[in-house]
Amino acid sequence: MKRSRLGPWLAMAIGTAYFLIPLIATFEFSLRMKRGEYSLEAYRVVLADPRFQASFGYSTLIAIATILMGVLLIVPTAYWIELKLRNLRPLVEFITLLPLVIPAIVIVFGYLHTYNSSSWIPLIATPRGTDLLLTFGYMTLALPYMYRAVDTGLRSIDVRTLTEAAESLGAGWGTILFKVIFPNVRVAVLSGAFLTFAIVIGEFTLASLLDRPAFGPYLQLVGANRAYEPSALAIVAFVVTWACMGLIQIFGRDRRATMAGR
Amino acid sequence: MKFLEIENLRKVYGAQVGVQHFDIAVERGEFISFLGPSGCGKTTTLRMVAGFEQPSAGSIRIDGRDVVGLRPNQRNIGMVFQSYALFPNMTVAQNVAFGLKIAKRPDAEIKPRVAEMLQMIKLPQLGDRFPYQLSGGQQQRVALARALAGSPQLLLLDEPLSALDAKIRASLRSEIRDLQRKLGITTIYVTHDQEEALAMSDRIVVMSEGRIEQLGTPFEIYNRPRTRFVASFVGTLNILRGKVIDPAKGVVRVDEQDIRLDQQIPNAAPGEMRAIALRPEAVTLGETRPDRNAMKGTIEEVSFLGAIVRIKVRFKDNLISLDTFNSSASPPPRRGDSATVTFAPADLQVLEGVEG
Ligand SMILES: Nc1ncnc2c1ncn2[C@@H]1O[C@H](COP(=O)(O)OP(=O)(O)OP(=O)(O)O)[C@@H](O)[C@H]1O
Ligand SMILES: [Mg+2]
Repeated sequence: MKRSRLGPWLAMAIGTAYFLIPLIATFEFSLRMKRGEYSLEAYRVVLADPRFQASFGYSTLIAIATILMGVLLIVPTAYWIELKLRNLRPLVEFITLLPLVIPAIVIVFGYLHTYNSSSWIPLIATPRGTDLLLTFGYMTLALPYMYRAVDTGLRSIDVRTLTEAAESLGAGWGTILFKVIFPNVRVAVLSGAFLTFAIVIGEFTLASLLDRPAFGPYLQLVGANRAYEPSALAIVAFVVTWACMGLIQIFGRDRRATMAGR
Repeated sequence: MKFLEIENLRKVYGAQVGVQHFDIAVERGEFISFLGPSGCGKTTTLRMVAGFEQPSAGSIRIDGRDVVGLRPNQRNIGMVFQSYALFPNMTVAQNVAFGLKIAKRPDAEIKPRVAEMLQMIKLPQLGDRFPYQLSGGQQQRVALARALAGSPQLLLLDEPLSALDAKIRASLRSEIRDLQRKLGITTIYVTHDQEEALAMSDRIVVMSEGRIEQLGTPFEIYNRPRTRFVASFVGTLNILRGKVIDPAKGVVRVDEQDIRLDQQIPNAAPGEMRAIALRPEAVTLGETRPDRNAMKGTIEEVSFLGAIVRIKVRFKDNLISLDTFNSSASPPPRRGDSATVTFAPADLQVLEGVEG
C-alpha cells in the first residue's frame, strides 16, 4: 500500500518544485532592490511607471478585443462545422493548428508585406489600422487554443439534436446560436478566453514588429535595461494572469449557481 | 382530404435509397406508428415530415398546405427525440416556455401555460430543476411538454422510449397515448418495438428497406399480415412453406401433408411454393376434428415460460411452435414423442409473393 502511494507523491513533489522554485527565486530577487533589506521598492517603481500602466492597459484592451472577435468568429464556425460540415473537420483542425507551426515572425512579415501603406488594404498606414491588424494576428495565434476549447465544449453537448429541437420549436439561427449554443459552451469559451488573454499579455514578436505599445515589448525593454524591476514585473504579470483565471472560475461558477437558484 | 397526406415520398442518399414509394393519408387526431427494423427508413421519413431532411421527390401536405420547402421552424410541429434533447442551460420551466417565448406570446400567457403543461405531465413541482437533475423518464416527459406547449398541429416522436428501462417504458407509453387522446393531436410515433406499436397505435405502418410493407390497424397487422416480412417481424408467427395443390379450393401441401384454407389462393398456380402464416395460439396439440387441419410430427423442444409452455413440433422441413397453458394435471409431452397438431383453416394466412 505505502509503496504504491510513494510514486505519485514523488511526482507531485518534483512537479511542484519545478514550478515553484523559479517563482520563489524570482520573487525573492525582486524584493532585494534596497541593499541589505527586503522591500517592495521594485514593485513601487514598476507600478508607478506610466509606461507600465499604458502598455498593460493597451495589451488588456487588445486581449479583450481579440477574445470578443475570436469568440464571435470561432463559435459559429465550429458550430456550423459540427452541424453541417462534419467531413471538413480534419481540414479545419489542420488549419487551426497552423499557427503552432508557422512562427509569429513569418506571419508578421506576411502582414507587413500584404497590408503596407501602398497595398490594397493599407491597414498599417494608421495606428488604429495597425491595432486592428494586431488583433487579427492575435486571433490567429490564439486560434489553436480557442478552437480546441470551443470544439470540446460543442462535442460535450448534442449540437445536432439540440439545434433540431430548437428549430422544431420555431427558433431561427440567431436564437439557436445565442440562446442555445453559446450558453452551453460558456465554460469552454471562458477557458479559451483565459488562454487567449495569457497569450496576448505576454506576446512580443507581433507587437514589437508592428511597433505597438504593448506589454511584451515593454517587458523586453525593462528586462534589457534594469536588474530588479523585470523580476517584479514577471511576478506582477503572473499574479494578474492567475487572478484572471480565478475570476473566470468564480464568474463561471457564480452564473451556474444563480441560474440554479432561479 | 385527410389531415396529413404523404404522396410518393422518396429520399435517396447518393446511390442508396432511404425511403421510396411512401404513400399515406392520416386522419386528424390519429395515432400512427412507423414500425420496422433498424435502417428501414422510419427516421428519415419522420425527419422529412419535420423538415430536417429534404425529400428527393414526392409531396407532404399538412392540413392542406404543402410543407415541402418550408423550414422546420415554419411547420408548427412538436418533436420528441430519443435523447430527450432538453436545453441543458435552462430549467424545466424555461425549456417548456422556449417555444412560447419564440412565438412572442405575452408573459401573462406563458406562465400559466407552462404551469398547465407541467401539471399535465404530472411534474408540477419540478419547474425550477435543471435537466441534469431529472431522471430519464422525467426528462422525456418534460420534452413532451415542451413539444406540446405551443399547441402544434402535428406531434412527431422518434423512438422516445427506447433509452428508458422496461417499467418506465410501459407506464410512459400509456401516458403518452392518454395525453394524445385528450389533446386530439395527430401523432406519428417511430418505434422498432412491435409491442409498443401494437399497444399504442390507431394504425401501424410496417416498413422494410425504405418501403411500406403493410398499413393497417394493430388487429390487421397482427392477425392478417400480408407479407412474410410483416408476419415474421410482428409477433412470433409460424411460417410454413407449402406447395399449392388447388388454388381454387385453397389446398396446399406442407411436408407431404395436405391442409385446407378457408379461402382461395389468389394469383397462384398449382405447384408453386407459398409461405403460410399461422399464429402459435391458434394451434393445439392432439384431438383431431373434421373441421380442423391435422399434421403429424415429432416434439422437438419443450420450454417452460411460467404459466405457458412453448412446444416446437418438427415436420420434415417445417417447424410449428405452439403455446399451451401449464397445468399440473396434464404434464407436457417429452422431446422425441410423436404428436399431432391441429388448427382451423381460418387461422391460416397465405402471404404475398412466390417462395423460391
Ligand atoms: N445522412 C445520411 N446519409 C446517407 N445515408 C443515410 C443518411 N441517413 C440515413 N441514411 C440511410 O437511410 C436508411 C434509413 O435510415 P433511417 O435512419 O431512416 O433508419 P431507421 O428506420 O430510423 O433505423 P433505426 O431504427 O436504426 O433508427 C439507412 O439505410 C441509412 O443508412
Ligand atoms: Mg431511427
